[in-house]
Amino acid sequence: MKKILLLFTHPKYEFSRANKALLQNIPEMDGLTFHDLYERYPDFNIDIDAEKELLKQHDIIVWHHPFYWYSCPPLMKQWIDLVLEFGWAYGPGGNALEGKWCFNAITTGSSLQNYCQDGMHQCSFHEFLKPFEQTAKLCGMHYLPPFAVMGTVQMDAKDLAQYEVQYRKLLHFLQHTDSLIQPEQLAFLNEAVALIQS
Amino acid sequence: MSGSILFVAIVFLAGALVCVPLAKRLGLSAVLGYIFGGVIIGPYVLGFVGEGGDDILHFAEFGVVMMLFLIGLEIEPKNFWKMRKTILGMGGIQVVLTTGLAFLILRAMGYDWQVAITIAMAIALSSTAIVLQTIKEKGLMHTTSGTSSFSILLFQDIIVILMLAVLPLMSNTDGAVVSQEHEAELQVNLLENLPLGFQALAIVASVVTVVVAGRFLIVPMLRKVAKAQVRELLTASALFIVFGISLLMELVGLSPALGAFLGGVVLATSEFKHELESTLEPFKGLLLGLFFMAVGASINFIVIGENPLLITSLVVGVILLKALVLLIVGRIFNLKIDQGLLLAVGLAQIGEFAFVLLSFAFELNILDRSQLDMMLVVTAVSMSLTPIFWIINERFITPRVGTKQSEKRPMDHIAKTQKVILAGFGYFGSTVGRFLRSHGIEATVLDYDSNQVDLLRKMGFEVYYGDVTRIDLLEAAGIAEADILIVAVASEETAKKLVSIVQNNYPNVELLVRARNHNDAHDLYNMGVKNIYRQSLETSVKLASDVLHKMGFRRYTVHRQAQNFIKYDEASLRRLAQGNDNEKEYVFKIREEIAQQEKLLEADLKRGIVENDHQWDGQRIHAEGQKSAAKE
Repeated sequence: MKKILLLFTHPKYEFSRANKALLQNIPEMDGLTFHDLYERYPDFNIDIDAEKELLKQHDIIVWHHPFYWYSCPPLMKQWIDLVLEFGWAYGPGGNALEGKWCFNAITTGSSLQNYCQDGMHQCSFHEFLKPFEQTAKLCGMHYLPPFAVMGTVQMDAKDLAQYEVQYRKLLHFLQHTDSLIQPEQLAFLNEAVALIQS
Repeated sequence: MSGSILFVAIVFLAGALVCVPLAKRLGLSAVLGYIFGGVIIGPYVLGFVGEGGDDILHFAEFGVVMMLFLIGLEIEPKNFWKMRKTILGMGGIQVVLTTGLAFLILRAMGYDWQVAITIAMAIALSSTAIVLQTIKEKGLMHTTSGTSSFSILLFQDIIVILMLAVLPLMSNTDGAVVSQEHEAELQVNLLENLPLGFQALAIVASVVTVVVAGRFLIVPMLRKVAKAQVRELLTASALFIVFGISLLMELVGLSPALGAFLGGVVLATSEFKHELESTLEPFKGLLLGLFFMAVGASINFIVIGENPLLITSLVVGVILLKALVLLIVGRIFNLKIDQGLLLAVGLAQIGEFAFVLLSFAFELNILDRSQLDMMLVVTAVSMSLTPIFWIINERFITPRVGTKQSEKRPMDHIAKTQKVILAGFGYFGSTVGRFLRSHGIEATVLDYDSNQVDLLRKMGFEVYYGDVTRIDLLEAAGIAEADILIVAVASEETAKKLVSIVQNNYPNVELLVRARNHNDAHDLYNMGVKNIYRQSLETSVKLASDVLHKMGFRRYTVHRQAQNFIKYDEASLRRLAQGNDNEKEYVFKIREEIAQQEKLLEADLKRGIVENDHQWDGQRIHAEGQKSAAKE
């Protein structure tokens, strides 16, 4: 069974309906470490060695965060800047993360149809994720398609509960599969479980 | 006329009190004021002080001993070790070259070789007292010329022992008779009759004694004395140390000044450094003043009157010769021209050791009465002229040659005073000190609890013992050059006293002050302190933050709120401190402030939270045509 490190960054988790729903059961899952970065590092003073040790112990890294201004909250960026060290995560001898799987799990207020050339945001959702994709690749990780919960502002509790099940099933599935999901196979990990099962 | 000791004391003190302020007002150095005062009260002008001047001179030489002890305190052993090349190199060349040239000139003038060599040796020596006092007065101790001068003087202090040992070998008289005579006048040398090997052994042993005793006897003794909390006992110990070392040195025939210097170096790393400095400083000052006055009083105007031309040309000749050699030494050691000039002008006089050397030679029948008188006058006059030459050099020569003399170079050898002073090294101050030290900032630390000092020194901290509100201790710790003073003392009264002393005397030093509570912070604000640290504020807010977290609040939220709380609280403190209200109004105002704070914090907590941020979805971001969409 692969081990999952779920790096969760949300500066206002207590006010986030969607994320509270999504993470209702997941922190207790077997073979998964739920790592709440804003709770662990309220002063942004990230313990780099501890973070590196955690990464070493896991096979799948999940960057779980809300989509703020087309990117992640600042602590997550701080984590990337500090933890992915030269000579460890990339560069000469930097192969600590090689072969690990990595993806973003994102909640957005805006729905998917707004992310296109003619839409409000003028770019596709995947284009905004390019920096994360490239970061993962530079570290030798396999970057999987994102898991996304989009248009949360219009969702009710029932919708969110469905996403919770989907997310949980996905994580469970990833823990037990050896076949790598390629981005050209699938735009979003959300459909992975349904696709495999069918 | 000069019967009672009280009268002599009054004459000297009055001379100093009149002449030194006068000299200072005229823009001259204090040294010149003292010498001039000595001339005035001396036998040839007012005649208050008669032939007893020599005894006073001998007594006052103790000021030189203290000065060297104090200089030693400023030099840590490892820095002293680094100076060995300069001392031997510059000192050696200066003494050998000056003696050699003077000898040749005197021989050419027709003196016997014994006379020529004696006078030449005397000429080579400069005045430690005058030079170092002037250097300190002008703040040049940390310049190249300052260290160079000091190195040469130190070498002379060592070599004079050899010179005194050589003199009897040149004498035609029976040594035993002379030695009896000179014992009365000079010092008692226990070892005179021992074989040479023993003498050397005893000298080495006494030096070792000073070093070992300094470390293992004196420091523990000072700790015991400090624990007694009687301040004059520390003064007594300081004097005891200097007297003790001097006596030991005289017993084995070494220069007391040299021994005192060594003792100072040994104690330079001890926690009592600043306390010893501030205790001995006034003694040294007074004794040196007395010494300079005695020099002035000893100028024999009758001898000058008898042969003015010879004396003048001798003085001029000696000064030119010495200055020339010193300029050469400066060139060899790559001193800049202005630094070389300072060195040459500074050390061009004949020093107080010449008095000893010449008198000894006279007793040994090497010199006759007229030669002795002549050389004594030349020595005294050249010493008296030194401050005048300084002025001439400073005002007329240096401004014409290249760099300005006030240019200060970082000292190579003598450790400089630290830029941060930390007063109070209890649990608060030690945390400050530890954090600073881990970033390479070594503060000069002062504390009044000698137990604490002892413990912390064992842990490897550089801590000095003393009462922080004593201005002389602050000065010894280098407050004049400090950029920052951290006031971390526990007692609020001490803190306020210290703050007002520093504000009044050293307005350029930035103050960072620990405050016990809201009220103290209030007072400090009113005193004009800008950087105030309430010791309980951050800790209590941190505790409250942890409680909030345990109650279910998110850490990051609490973290930001805590910072806001501190910010608002400090702003409100500043507002409250400005008003000068009676108690009733004050309490009312505090309530108002607290209510205001709570409102602000609540607003902060809710800031940025929008129930349902529809702006990000769909076309709603545009002002028109969105109302219908919003209803979906």
